[in-house]
Order: sequence, then structure tokens, then C-alpha cells
Amino acid sequence: MDTQATPLHASRTNALGAPSSFNAALPFLALLVVGIAFPLFGGGYWGVIATRACIYWVLASGLNLVVGFGGQIAIGWVALLTLGAYTTSVLVAGNVGPPLPPYLALAIAAVVGAVFGLIVGLPALRLRTFYFAITTLGFATIVTQVALAWQSVTGGGVGVAGPVFPEPFSSQWGFYYFCFGLAAICTWMTANIAASRFGRALTAVRDAEVAAEASGILKSTLLAQVFLFSGAVAAIAGGLFASLQSYITPDAFTIDLSVLFFIAILIGGRGSILGPLLGTILLTVLPEFAAPLVAWSTFLYAVLLLVIVLAIPGGIAEILDFKNRRPLETGRAIVPRPDVLGPLLGAAPDAGALTLEQVSLNFGGVRAIDGLDLEIRPGEVHGLIGPNGSGKTTTLNVISGYYAPKRGAIRLNGNAMPVDGLHRRAHLRIARTFQTPRIVGSASVLENVMIGGTIDGKATFVESLLSLPRHRRDEAMLRDTAMLALTAVGLERLAAVRADRLQHSELRFTEIARALMLRPAFLLLDEPAAGLSAEEIARLGALILAIAQAGTGVLVVEHHPDLIFDICHRVTVLNLGKVLAAGTPAEIRAHREVVNAYLGA
Amino acid sequence: MVESIVSTGLAIGCIYALIAITYNVMFSASRVFSFTAGTLGMLGGVLGSLFILRMGMPVAVGFLLTLAGGAAIGIVTEIVAVRPVLKSLDQHLYVLSTLALALMIQQYTAIEWSTEPQPFPRLFDIERGGFDQQFWLPMLACAVTIVGLELLYRRTLIGHAFLAIAEDNFAARALGLPERRLRMASFALAGVIGALAGFAGGQMLLAFFANAPMLTFYGFVPVALGGMGNNRGAVVAGLLLGLFQQAANFLVGGIFASVAVFTVFIIVLLARPEGIAGASLPRRV
Repeated sequence: MDTQATPLHASRTNALGAPSSFNAALPFLALLVVGIAFPLFGGGYWGVIATRACIYWVLASGLNLVVGFGGQIAIGWVALLTLGAYTTSVLVAGNVGPPLPPYLALAIAAVVGAVFGLIVGLPALRLRTFYFAITTLGFATIVTQVALAWQSVTGGGVGVAGPVFPEPFSSQWGFYYFCFGLAAICTWMTANIAASRFGRALTAVRDAEVAAEASGILKSTLLAQVFLFSGAVAAIAGGLFASLQSYITPDAFTIDLSVLFFIAILIGGRGSILGPLLGTILLTVLPEFAAPLVAWSTFLYAVLLLVIVLAIPGGIAEILDFKNRRPLETGRAIVPRPDVLGPLLGAAPDAGALTLEQVSLNFGGVRAIDGLDLEIRPGEVHGLIGPNGSGKTTTLNVISGYYAPKRGAIRLNGNAMPVDGLHRRAHLRIARTFQTPRIVGSASVLENVMIGGTIDGKATFVESLLSLPRHRRDEAMLRDTAMLALTAVGLERLAAVRADRLQHSELRFTEIARALMLRPAFLLLDEPAAGLSAEEIARLGALILAIAQAGTGVLVVEHHPDLIFDICHRVTVLNLGKVLAAGTPAEIRAHREVVNAYLGA
Repeated sequence: MVESIVSTGLAIGCIYALIAITYNVMFSASRVFSFTAGTLGMLGGVLGSLFILRMGMPVAVGFLLTLAGGAAIGIVTEIVAVRPVLKSLDQHLYVLSTLALALMIQQYTAIEWSTEPQPFPRLFDIERGGFDQQFWLPMLACAVTIVGLELLYRRTLIGHAFLAIAEDNFAARALGLPERRLRMASFALAGVIGALAGFAGGQMLLAFFANAPMLTFYGFVPVALGGMGNNRGAVVAGLLLGLFQQAANFLVGGIFASVAVFTVFIIVLLARPEGIAGASLPRRV
């Protein structure tokens, strides 16, 4: 129960610094060495297998961002491999226009792939999961059928010759190194994305979408960038695949291949780069050891897919995650350090007050809020209490933009707030927590908190892809700020731990830390004390007060009257969507109707 | 030509509608869409051909055994691919588990049955006429299914129980309904309907393993357009889909017909994700 970090914890925190990034890179470096040295001990046929593994990984690395990080079940991604293969082959063969050099054709294929990646992917923004899965599958079928039918260009069922890359990449090992180089670059680029605000935002969209929106993450832009990238590398993989096959027909692109990529990623584990990489190698090599079973390969892949989904949803990555197997200290206490709030939140933003004027909202025939007036002032804690169903959380959801009020206005410093685009609330520095903590369980506590600072990153997707200076500055800044936020709420010792290993109360404080990343002008807390012990509630109260003293306006929805009356400057009591009473805690406690309706004698 | 488009289109449309109902029956019992819906349709054709042509059974016996086979696959789907992932519906693992099972069945059929389309027997020994049995059989199957389901849901106790778990799973369980057994029964029923679709359409589609992905896709289009769980919407959308596809087939050729269907499907879905006849769900924070 000591408050000082023990050496063990200190080293765990350090593990996020330079030494651990080397440790994390070690398996990749080992693979790099093996890959470069491969021609020394692998002969002839194994060279083909190794080249194929590299090509598959070029595609799978991009798909990994879509599936493993973004959680979008794009089953028919093989369509983009087909598209890339045909575009490259047809352009090089000169079936349309003059024959082009292979590199130019490959570049054009990448552009075509990016565009179609976007087209195939974007329905994910509007459709339910199964709908999206089936549209990607439908798209894969269509592409194959078009390849079969468009004989003048694709050669139909007869097929078309694949491109041959000029010296020095025309020999078997030359082409191997070409593919290996591209695979290595893809690994590096996707690892950069995974470790950037974009990668974290993707996992947030996957596991905690409302929290992502509250942090200002715009799902459509984010996914569009990922689909563009993923489509481009898939098409490049297609061009390489056509060259390796030396002749392509529509038969070469079956749904089996799509399933193979999918399994490779799932075996590897969601949200990992190394896992899916090992999975891809494994699945490319495995059939070579099971030659008699070749007719059954798709059947066996399907069995494997079922087994993984049912038995090890975490995949290889979880098995390799030794760090998070170490037992956590029991009886650990959360000890906030309000003194670091100053450096974290900076100078108090001069935001004026957040006011609700005569706001009403209906759900069908039910009037959830009815003519509500509310004013949240900077530097004050405002309590919102009332019986269940009185409209407390709905009020909070109206402020954070989930519902547009039917009547009335929400003003920030006198200006009407836009009713659309709830991700814009984050840009107005309005942060919130949720009744049930919305956390990315598979990410570390620190990464979860860093999600809160997504909109403060300056680097673009491409800069992060290439790890340019601005990206590295962003990361350093976000990491430092997140450590500060974790220190402020008293969780810095758990920074490197997977979030799903935390206790409920710790998740509540993690959410507060994530909200603090926005340096909020207004902080909306939805039942922050639910499930906390008396001691933790007292510490939470002190923390909330300190946040308000730093200049933030805090709105607390709570059921614990003690906490509310201890920390609030002003309290509003709701009943059936209407204000029953408003005033200082002392006034509320003396209010006869409130006592009768809610507090009890 | 118009006559041919209409009879073929309506017959194919009825098969699509039946597969859509297969999806819906499974969905209402479990909130899960299963990739095995089209596989059941494919099996209806393959099992029918296996029992009647290859093993020489009487048509009636072969028909009943085919339906039993469909019911068995439905129950297997529930046990293997649905029940284990119901606890974590929000992770959408069912998409992958049912896909895996569908692929397993499909590949097993390809290897053990044939990779080529095999003939399906003529069920009634009557002359080929203008309006042949291959056209009216799917329509009859579809009509019987619709009427049967309506009677089941409205008139019988078990039908009310089905509706109850479809409406509110928790409340139904609190009332003491055997939710798990009802779910298995629903999947068995879905299996029967799927197999019936394949059997009735066998003379048009033949006994061919690759019918599985085709039916999985085209059977889902009416579900999406008609609104999920809405059987009447599914029948209307299924018939329209069949007519549209056949018309496009005759006018622009088979492959561009499927491109046309796919394009229309995507555009309609993007414009109205909840389907033409469906209601949108409120979001929960």
C-alpha cells in the first residue's frame, strides 16, 4: 500500500523507454537477418515459398491494420490482390495502350488498389459488421467474374502472362530480394502506424467507439486513410504475385486465399504486427509439409479458423505476451497527485461558461428532458443528481453531442454549440467519462490514456507511416503528457499493464486520465464513484476538486449524495426531466421536495 | 422472352427468398447472421441428388431425408459456431465462426461429392410443359413456407415462444422459457427451410458445391433490402431480385447482371442501411 514506486515498478515504467523498443524490435531484426541470409541455405523450391511468404505479407500487413487494428471484417480483400495482379500484368503486356515498364505498371496498380480499397472499405462506415463482410465477399466474386468475362483485356479463362521485372530483379533470388525488401518496408511502415496515434485510434474505434468519438477521433477519415494504404499494398502484392506465378488466370484468386490472409492475422492476434507476420509465414510454409493433404487445405484452414475463434481469440501475440503474465501486486491503492495537475492542464483556458437554456428532448413519446436550464462555470464543480430515469445521463449526452436537443440551445461562452459532429466536442475541449468505462482492453493503460490526446497530434498519416520527425515529436509529447495524466490520477505504476487486467476502480481513474489529456475546459463525469470504495471516493473527490481549481468546469452525475455535497459548488436536482431544485449544497439539503423525492429524511 | 424472364426470375427469386427466410429464422433466435444459410441451400440440392439419383431412393423418402439433413446441419451450426460466441456478440466472432463452418461443409462437399455440377432428378414424372415443375416447385415451396411460418408463429405455443425470444431474450428467459432449446429448434427449422430451398430449386441450380457462396450472397440481399428479421419484406425483395437478375441476364449478359445486382445492392444499402422496409435502431451510450 506504499505510495512510492518500488524498483520493480520503476523498471516496468522504464520498459517503455529506449531499452524496451529494442527488445520489441529484436524478433523483427532476427527475421530480417534470416530473410537476408535465406538464399545461403534455402534452395530452389524453397526460394519460391519464401518469395510467396514475402508477397503474402505485403498484403497481410495492410489488411492487418484493417482487421487486426480497426476490427473491420473485410473478408474479400483478395479482390484487391486480383485487381493488382491484373492491372500490372495487363499494363505490362500492353493489352490496353502501349506496354508499360513493370515498375510504372506496379505504381499504377498501387493507385488503382488504393482507390478500390477505399470503395470496398467505405461501406464499413455505414453498414453492420455482417453486411460489410458480405459486401466485401460479393466484391471479390464480382472482380473474378469480370476478369473471366473481359476477355479482350484479361484473356478471360485463358489468362495473361505476369510481368517480369528487369535486372537485377529478374533472377529467382533477385526477385526474392525485391519482394523481401518490400515486405520489410511494409513491416516497418505498419509498425510505425501501430505505434502512432492512428494505430491507437484504430483500436479505440474497434473496442470503444464512443470513447473514440469523445476523444475527437473521426472514424471516417481514419478508416479512409487505412483503406487507401491497405488497398495500395494489396495491389502491389498482386503485381508481385502475378510475376511469381508468371501466368495468371481467375482461378488463381479463390476465396481460399482471402481466408488464408484472415487466418494469418487472427492466428497472430488482433492489434499486433509480429503475430500476424509469424502467422503469415506459418500458413505459407505449412502446406509444404502436408503435401498429401493439399486437396484438403481449404478445409483445414477453415477448421483452423474455427479453432482460433473459439479457443484462442488472442492469437500468438497473447501467447508471446510474457510481460503481462507477471502477477500484479494485490491490494494496490490509487493515490492521485493533484499537484501535477498544474503542469498537465496548463494555464486555465478562458472558455466562459457552458450553458443549457430550456433544452428539451423526446425519445418517442417519452420526454427525457423538459425545459432544462443549467450553467457550468469554469473552476466550479456542478453536481447533477436525481432518481433513476430523471434525465441525468441524457443531459450529459446532449452536452457531448450524442443527441441533438429538440428545443432550446447549448451555448459555450455565449456562442451556440454546433449540434452535429460529436467528435468536434473534443476540439471545444469538452471531455467526458462513461458510466461503464470504455477502454481498449488489449492496449496498455498508457496507450489508453494517450488515445485521449489524439487530436493534439500534428503529424499526418503519411508522416507517421514513414516515422518522420513530426511523428516522433508527437509521440514523445503524447507519452509524456499521458504519464503526467496517469501520475495525476495515481496510476503511473500501472502504465505498461494491459488495461483489461485492471480493477474496476482503476478503469474509472484511467478514464479520467484519458479525459484530462484534452486539457478540458469542461469535464463531464458520468457516475465516477460507482463501484468505488469509501476511501477511493474520498480521493476521487479531492481529485475532482483539484481539477476544478485548475480552471476546468466539472459536471458530475452521481448517486452518492455525500460526494456531491462534499465537492460541489452548485447542485441541480432533476426529476422526470425537469429541474426540481438548483442551488448550493446547503440549499439543496434543506429543500423539502428534494428530501421527499430523492434524498429521504 | 418476357415469359421466360418472368417464370425463371420468379422461381429463382423464390429460392433467394427462402434462403433469406433461413437467415431470418436463425437471426431472430440468436441475433446472429450465419454464413451457413447458403450452404444449407446447396446441401438441399446435393443431398436430394445423392439420395434419389445416386442411392435410388423414392422421391418422398429422399425429400424427407434431405430435410432431416438440413435440420441436422442447422443444429450443428448452433452448437459449433453460434453458441460458443454468443457471450461476446459485440466482437462479431460469429461472422468468422459461421464462415469457417460454411467453408468446411462446402469443401467437404466439393471433395466427397464432386467439383462439377451434378444432375438433379425430376421429381414428378410429368411432361415438360411451358410452365414446368422446375419453375413452380420453388414457388410452391416458398408459399408453403410462408403460410407454415405464419401459422406456426401465430397459432402455436412454440411459435409464440419463438417470437418471445426474438423480441426480448432476457425477458423470455425470465419467464422460464427454455431459451437454449428454442434456439436449437429455430436453427433446426432454419436448416429445414434452407434444405427445402435447395431441393425445390435443384432442377434449376443442380447439385453443385459452388451454389453455397452464390446463395449465401444472393440470399442475403433480400434480408438486407427487406429489413432484417422481416420475412414478408424478404419475399418481396427476393422476388424483385430474381426478376431484376433475370432481366439483366437477358439484356446485358450473365456477368454484368451480377455486377448490376451488386451495384444496386450496395447503393440501396448505403442509402438505407436498415433496409427498405426495416426500422433503424437507436444507438446506446
